[in-house]
Amino acid sequence: MMIIGAAFAGLLLGAGLTLSGMVNPAIVLGFLDFAGVWNPALLLVMAGALAVSLPGYWLLQGRKPLFAEKQFIPTRRDIDAPLVVGSTVFGLGWGLAGICPGPALTMFGINPLMAFIFVFAMTVGMMLSRFVEPWLRGTGIPD
Amino acid sequence: MSANDILMPLIGGALIGLAALVLLAMNGRVMGVSGIWSGLIRLSDGLAWRLAFVAGTITAPILLAASGRPGQVQIDTAMPVFLIAGLLVGLGTAIGSGCTSGHGICGVSRLSPRSIVATCVFMSIGIATVFVIRHVI
Repeated sequence: MMIIGAAFAGLLLGAGLTLSGMVNPAIVLGFLDFAGVWNPALLLVMAGALAVSLPGYWLLQGRKPLFAEKQFIPTRRDIDAPLVVGSTVFGLGWGLAGICPGPALTMFGINPLMAFIFVFAMTVGMMLSRFVEPWLRGTGIPD
Repeated sequence: MSANDILMPLIGGALIGLAALVLLAMNGRVMGVSGIWSGLIRLSDGLAWRLAFVAGTITAPILLAASGRPGQVQIDTAMPVFLIAGLLVGLGTAIGSGCTSGHGICGVSRLSPRSIVATCVFMSIGIATVFVIRHVI
């Protein structure tokens, strides 16, 4: 049953990313380009998403999921070095190509070759994190 | 800007928010795409639902194209930069435990301080990167 929930959510996400234009790197970069011809489309995407997910998350708080025993929600609240450094590195990559993980996967259904190349590089990056993270925790940046 | 230029991003955004709610209501999971994908490649728990999620994500634009609403993908980034970008996105989301969906939508919806900080950081660094690439170099 978990498969049905996940496939349904995946379909909705892929449809949302495609219809909103967020799957298109040119539109994403246009949004991040404040000094150029700024394209506000992604602000509307974020607004549309949060308008649904903010009240929805609040309503679903603590409720037992349909197909699982409990909710698996992250509990940490501390701001540590990996969070900030990782998000910085992610922002750099996002600004270079205009692609984040959701659109990268959705792109497989539109331009499979470019999606494959990007997701391959992304997967290598994820595997490399094993070597970078311990080093990062040992830099002395206070947690 | 036409009405469609405003409406489509809003509708698409609402679908993304709905996707996050469906995954939480049905499977009790946070919709973090980088986490779902890295769980898949590390062969961790829940392989089946992770695979089903990815399959759904990929199928959606194919179904939309078949019904006359094809998605557009325009890539102007040179291949070496494109590869480095992919590497940094993977590395950064793994170290920072999340991306635009996990931190930006689900985390912000939970009002998680970690996710709010992460979202502010990757948004501003993304904006700064585009500024340097397009207007400085």
